[in-house]
This record gives sequence, C-alpha cells and structure tokens, in this order.
Amino acid sequence: MSKIPLQFRHNGREVAIFVDGGTNLLVALRELIGDMTPKFGCGQGGCGTCSVMIDGELHLSCLTLAETVTGRSVETLDGMKQGPNLHPLQRAFADNFAAQCGYCTPGMLMAAKALLDRNPSPSRDEVIEAISGNICRCTGYEPIINAILAVAGGRVSA
Amino acid sequence: MTRHRGRGMASINYPIGMNLGGDPSQALVHSNPSGKFTVALSSIDLGQGMKSVTRQICAETLGVPVEDVYVDTADSDTGPHCMGSFASRGTHRVGNAVMAAAREARGVMMEAAAEELEVNAADLETDGRGNIHVKGAPHRSISTKDVAIAAQFKQGRTISGRGIFLVPLSEVNPETGEMSPATCYAHACLVAEVDVDDETGEVAMIRMDSAYELGRALNPRLVEQQLVGGAWMGVSHALYETPEPYYPEPVHGPRDFVEYLMPGPGDICPHDIAVLERPAPDGPFGAKGPGEMCANPVLPAVANAIFNAVGVRIDDLPITPEKVLRAIKAQGGARPQARR
Ligand code: FES
Ligand code: FES
Repeated sequence: MSKIPLQFRHNGREVAIFVDGGTNLLVALRELIGDMTPKFGCGQGGCGTCSVMIDGELHLSCLTLAETVTGRSVETLDGMKQGPNLHPLQRAFADNFAAQCGYCTPGMLMAAKALLDRNPSPSRDEVIEAISGNICRCTGYEPIINAILAVAGGRVSA
Repeated sequence: MTRHRGRGMASINYPIGMNLGGDPSQALVHSNPSGKFTVALSSIDLGQGMKSVTRQICAETLGVPVEDVYVDTADSDTGPHCMGSFASRGTHRVGNAVMAAAREARGVMMEAAAEELEVNAADLETDGRGNIHVKGAPHRSISTKDVAIAAQFKQGRTISGRGIFLVPLSEVNPETGEMSPATCYAHACLVAEVDVDDETGEVAMIRMDSAYELGRALNPRLVEQQLVGGAWMGVSHALYETPEPYYPEPVHGPRDFVEYLMPGPGDICPHDIAVLERPAPDGPFGAKGPGEMCANPVLPAVANAIFNAVGVRIDDLPITPEKVLRAIKAQGGARPQARR
C-alpha cells in the first residue's frame, strides 16, 4: 500500500508524516508522532479514552481516518498544560481524586475541555451528558463530575 | 407500566489477604546520599493508592517528612518479592513489610547519627521534619541529610532495612475442618435503594448508604476514593457485566463496550458513606484496607432491594432486565414487599 503524506497542526505545532491508507488518527498520533496521551481502549468508539479535539470539536481518534485531518488542528491532552502549569481541569482532577488508574483520564479531560470551551458554566446534567461517551472503571464518575463543576464554578484557577 | 421502589441491605465480613501456601510480601528501604529514602517494592499500584500509603508508612516509621520518601515499585525483576495486589492485601501485607524495613533502616540511621553527635543512639529522637536530635536537647541536632552523607562518605555504612511480612499457610484441621485463613477482617454494611420497572425489567439505582469498618484509615481521602468508585464496580457486577450472559451456554457473549455494559455517568446516584475505624492489632498503624470490600456488599444489597421492590428473588448475576421480567412473569406480576 502506498504511503500518504499528511500535514496538520498537533497542539499548535506543524507536523508532517507519511501514513498508510486507512491508518486511524489514534495510531498516527501514538506511533508516528509519539504522543501517547490519547489512549487505546477499544479501538471501536465505545470507551472514549482516545478522545481528541479537531478544530476545537471533540472526536474519537480511533474512528477518525488520519488523512482527514490534513491541514486541520488536532489538540490532545499533551497540549493541555500551560507551560509548567497544569490546566485548571487537570488541577481539579487531582484535587478531587478524579483519577485512579488514569486510563480514562485523557479522554475525560478532553471531553471536559470541549464542554467548557463551548459552555463555561454547564449544569451537572450537561457535565454528565458531555462525558457520557467515556467509560471509567475506577472512580464511579462522581469525582470527575465534581472536578469539572469545580472548574466551571470558578473554584479552581490556573 | 409501574416503577416500584425497593430497599435492600447487606452486611459482610471480609478477610484481608489470602491463604494459598502462605501470604508474604517484602520491602527494601534505603537512603540515598541526599538523605532521601527509596522504598523498593514489586507490589503494583493500579490506582488504589498503594504508593501513597506505603510512602506514608515508611515516612512515619523512619520519622522523616513524607516528601523525603520515594516509592519505586511495579518491577518484579528488580523489586523484592510480593504476592500481588489482590485479596485486599496491599495496605496490610505490603504496609507491614515496609514498616519492618523502615524500622531496620531507622535503627541504622540512628546509629550513624549517634556516631556523628557522639552520643548513645538510644538518646536520640527524630522530629519528623528531617532532623535527629538528643532527647531534651533539640539544639544538639543533625539533619537526616548530613547523617546520610556521613554514613555514605565517612562511616561507610548503608542506611537500609529489609522487611517481610508473612502470614503462614493455615492448614485445615483434619479432625474439625477448621482453619484460620485470615488474621484480620474488615466489615461493611450497605443499604441500596432501587427502582424496578415492571414493564421493561430495568433496575435504576436511587441511592446507597453504607458504613465500612476497615481498621485505621491511613489516608482518608484515598479510602473515600476507593469506596466511592468501588461501589460502582459492585453495581456493575450486580446489574450489568458478564462475558457469558447465558452461562454455561457461551452464546450471545458481548463483543464490545456496547454489549458489555457498565454504568455510565448518567446511571450514578447519591452514596453516603460512613467510615468506622477499629485499628487492627496486626495492621500497619492499625490499617486493614478497603480493597475488594468496596464492591462486595453492593451485590447482595441490590438483589435484596429488587426483591423488596417487585418480590422476585434472583440469585444469578448480573440481574439483567430479561431475568427480572421473566421472574415477574413467572410469579404472575410484581409483588412489592413490605418496606421497613
Ligand atoms: S479507543 Fe476510541 S473509543 Fe475506545
Ligand atoms: S480512573 Fe481508571 S478508568 Fe477512570
């Protein structure tokens, strides 16, 4: 199979790679760019841990063909920190004990960021809705919901 | 269609650790020339907080700040042996091993400090902030860092300690059938409230109230995190998860997370938790640990709540809508039980 050249913005930085036709964005990010923050949970859209933002919109990278992001902007958890400082959502997750094994955490944080970017003061139900595509085995969701609400309520700052 | 509210309760005793040929864990503690300490383990922290708890245990035993302790774990090639993170044994078994290792390392640290201060080691104490001083004379003091440097570069000794905690195999008494497979037990009681829909068979969690007795809670926030999250694993086993829905028939097994169900963020309900602390005589600082018990009482409590709601007794997990509906049909309709 011939390789396809692919150029896009990865957390604000231009990257150029060659992918096989049919490669999904999750594999391209992890194996070709070396960004291990999007996780492989199921590879078929059922768990949400591979969530990334494409042009500011939440997407499952395991279900996105890599070639479709040509010329677009892809944001992952790796780009979330602001320099040496944690993003307020990351801080709130730590403060609220919203991660245990941490496998769902990258996807949860991306889903939370996508929500707050478009709706800075969501209700509890809107938070629940926003993370409904993400499965967590460990936390029982409550600490995650509380962490997101803490940021939305301005109780955590950078 | 009617939704029936039901309430169910369950109480459990839960043995800490296991009894398959003895239950040991080991730990090694040593100081670095910087005066910081490393705990070497091969026990796994998979999110339950064992690194934090063993770090606390080590710091407390050594008498140094918790920031001065680093826990290096999860490599069974280089770490000392551990049976594993299961059977709710981490805090108790690994914690005891760390405590023993830290005690031995503390002994050497005090000897090294005594040599530097030219006093008897028995006259020294730690202040928990990184200093060792003569009892009653805090100005005659040396930092743990300077002790580590002296031990390393002058005295030529390692400030280190070895620890093992072993609960030996308990054999069955052939006469009486008795054995004592565990040295301590944790306890829990949980009340679950559910709604059962008699048309769809679906069960919704309404609320949970629980009390857990788990020895001393060495890190109360981590204990709470375990109890909150673990309860939902219990709900998941009670109502959703199975690789073989028609066991022992292997048919219709789930192939993905759309078919292998788990609670999502929209399924959760309020859960009020009380933690009771009865220190265990053989636990590290009295701890037993929450462990698997976080999930265990939920299953019988939910099954009892379903019985209370619609009068069907389902003893096969998970309690799927299909099983609830078939049982309701078999008894000719929902029969709500008395609520107490
Ligand atoms: S890995 Fe993409 S949704 Fe599970
Ligand atoms: S923290 Fe383990 S899956 Fe969410």
